[in-house]
Parts: sequence; structure tokens; C-alpha cells
Amino acid sequence: MIPRSFEYFAPRTLVEAVSLLGELGQEAKILSGGQSLIPMMKLRLATPPYIVDINRLPDLNYISELNGFLRIGALARESDFEVSPTIMSRYPILMDTTVVIADPLVRNQATACGNLAHGDPANDHPATMLALRASIIAVGPNGEREIPIDSFFTGLFTTALQPNEILKEIRVPIPPPSSGGAYMKIKRKVGDYATAGVAVQITLNGAGVCHRAGIGLTNVGFIPIKAKETEAFLTGQKLDDATIKRAAEIAAGESQPIDDIRGSAEYKRDLVRVLTTRAIILALKRANGGA
Amino acid sequence: MAKIGIKVKVNGVERAAEVEARLLLVHFLRENLRLTGTHVGCDTSHCGACTVVLDGRAIKSCSVFAAQADGREVLTVEGLEQDGKLHAIQEGFFQEHGLQCGFCTSGMLMTGYAFLKSNSNPTEDEIRHAISGNLCRCTGYVNIVKAYQYAAAKLREGGEQ
Repeated sequence: MIPRSFEYFAPRTLVEAVSLLGELGQEAKILSGGQSLIPMMKLRLATPPYIVDINRLPDLNYISELNGFLRIGALARESDFEVSPTIMSRYPILMDTTVVIADPLVRNQATACGNLAHGDPANDHPATMLALRASIIAVGPNGEREIPIDSFFTGLFTTALQPNEILKEIRVPIPPPSSGGAYMKIKRKVGDYATAGVAVQITLNGAGVCHRAGIGLTNVGFIPIKAKETEAFLTGQKLDDATIKRAAEIAAGESQPIDDIRGSAEYKRDLVRVLTTRAIILALKRANGGA
Repeated sequence: MAKIGIKVKVNGVERAAEVEARLLLVHFLRENLRLTGTHVGCDTSHCGACTVVLDGRAIKSCSVFAAQADGREVLTVEGLEQDGKLHAIQEGFFQEHGLQCGFCTSGMLMTGYAFLKSNSNPTEDEIRHAISGNLCRCTGYVNIVKAYQYAAAKLREGGEQ
């Protein structure tokens, strides 16, 4: 399969890239890992006349903690997470997420920032970033702006990014002590999108009560879903079995799945219930210092 | 549409070409350079038959544009053998009957080549995860795993390669 012809640009600086996007207008597409875009172009589901390849921009491949935030640069590959000492030791939820994305070869190219910018509710990082209360740093002609993750996903394959903006960085507030998170995904086989996925991030207070909860749902709606009612329900609660059971039911109620080849809406809603239970239990274990 | 000038080091040799922007790396290798050891299988980024090593990382060459490889290094199956001597991963596939029809083999070899550089003593589980992006439709995975183990042992014995 051959993509439609396009004009290719490989800018060498972020300023040059942003100005190119301004000149080319909204038909231009940004190429980072390309592991969603290029297959779509081959199937001619996407036929952009201009491609702006950002892979040659300097200093955008980083995963590091600085000034209270974990910062993930636009060109950090999924496989970089798998060998990052920071991720391995402090962010098991991000490790959970990365290793269930596509397959190792795709992860060698694919980027986490692209995983968000693509705006696909089937992608995995969106739910995790919703749970972690991340924010997006976008660079445009007027400099940088910060977009809270809650308002980033605006529709199917649509985000709050403007056509002349580049997603430069994902910024995750460093979780306070006694925090833990987990991402759980059910898929039919390696490389498949989630039938359903659930990300949970919790912080406990000194008495073991849930002080804060973040919950994101994958591929059970037209956009990645932040399970706000479940988060509110968990806050201030001791996470015993009955509370976890009720939270999982609320999360299932917040999902909006449809019937498709991966299963019926009813089945997926029940998966959300089961995965929420498992993810809370694992997040709790991690918040208490366990694996 | 104007063509783009690219220079790519393929199997240690600098290759220059004028290519269309939409030319995929796999087609550049097979059609421009006639290196047909890299296969086109599913052509949808699932099967891994087109796996090559780009700057040290195993990637699917059907899902990368040739223009993206400009200024970079590509290793294909043709570049594994050195001075008439098979690479350990190739020897492993030979000794352990790691192939039946052979279609997935070049991809399996390239994934293995890159994987064993980062993990010299893998468990069976780690190998199976490493090849989870490479499909063998003969389902010859058992011997492929053995081939990786043979190569790992050989590489450990012989020092780095």
C-alpha cells in the first residue's frame, strides 16, 4: 500500500517547525513516531498534502523529573520508558501502560506524546495521563501554553491543539508520598487496541484514607474518559472491599462503550468494572509500598 | 512532486538516492537497493517480516519513510554475515531449525540481533515478549526461541559481536 504523494519537511528547530505549520495551514500533519499516522496514510484514511517531520528537532527526547514534575519530551519513544530508571523505580503505572502498547518494534518508534496528540480514545496513555492529572505543553507562534489534560481531548481524533501548535512535553505532577497507580488493559492479542482499559492513581493520607483519586478509561467512549464520579466517590474513603466494589460499579456506569468487533457494550462495561477493581487493588498495594 | 535527496548507510555502505517522500523504507531497501532479504508481509505494521535495525533499534520498515532514514544507519539481514561467517543469531536458526518456510526469518533475525545486544542472557519469557511483534505463520516459535537461546549462549562465549 502506497500513501498519497505529499510534500515532506524536516525542520531543524522548534521555531522553524512552528512557522512551517503556520505557513502550511491545517492540512499539514506532524510526523513523530508515525506508528499511527503512517499506517493510516498507507490505507489512505489520511491523505495529508504536507508532512512536517519533527524527528530532527533537538533536545526533545527526555523523560526526567525537574521542579516538581515528570517531563516527557515529544520525541521520547515508548521503548525509552521501558529502560528509564525514573520510570522503572517511581512510575509503575507508566510502565504498565507502555508495555501493553502495540509490540516492541512499534514501541521503538512510537512516542508517548504522539499517543496523546493522535486523539484516539483507543490509545493507552490518555487514560493514564488523565489519572495522573498531567498537563500538555503546546508550542505555537506565541510561545508555550499549558493545557490541562481534562480539556485536551475534545472529540474523536480531535484535541485542543491548534493546527500551528506542537505538543512539546507532557508534564506529570510528581506524586506525593503514599501514592500508587496502575494501568490494566484487556486486549485480544499482542498489538491490539484495548477492548477496555482502566488507569487508577491514588494518594493515601496518614490514616490510610484515600486523599485523592484519578481514574481514566480507555476505548469505552468517543474520547478518553475521566471517571469523575468514581474519583469523587473514592475521595475521603477507606479503600476496603465494599468501597472498591462500589467504585468499580460507578466507573462501569461512567463508561460509554459501543458494540463492535471487540465485544458488546455490555461486556465492555463489565470489563471496566473488573479492571477498575483490579487496578484499585494494585494501586493501593503500590501506595502502601508493595509491588 | 519534487524528489528528496537522501543518504543512508546501509550495511556499512553509504547509499545516496533521490526518492519520493512517500517511499517507504522497506521499498527503498528492496526496490532501489535490491536488498530483497527484507520482506513485505502484512504491509500493515503487524507481522514484523520487514524488520530492520535503524540506528540500533529494531523497527518495522513498512512503517517508516525512507526520508526518515536520511543520515542514519540501517542494518538488514544481508549485513549480518561478516567475512563469510554467519552471525550467531543466523547460526542459531540454522542449528536449531528456527525456520520452516523462512518468510518471517529475516525479521526474526533482525529483532534477535538488536534484542541480544541489550539482553545477553534472556529467559524464555523475555524472548517470547521480544518477538511478540514478529509473526511466524508456520508457528515455529519453539525452535525460534531455541535459536535465540543458542545465539545468546554463543555470543556470551565469544565476547561481544
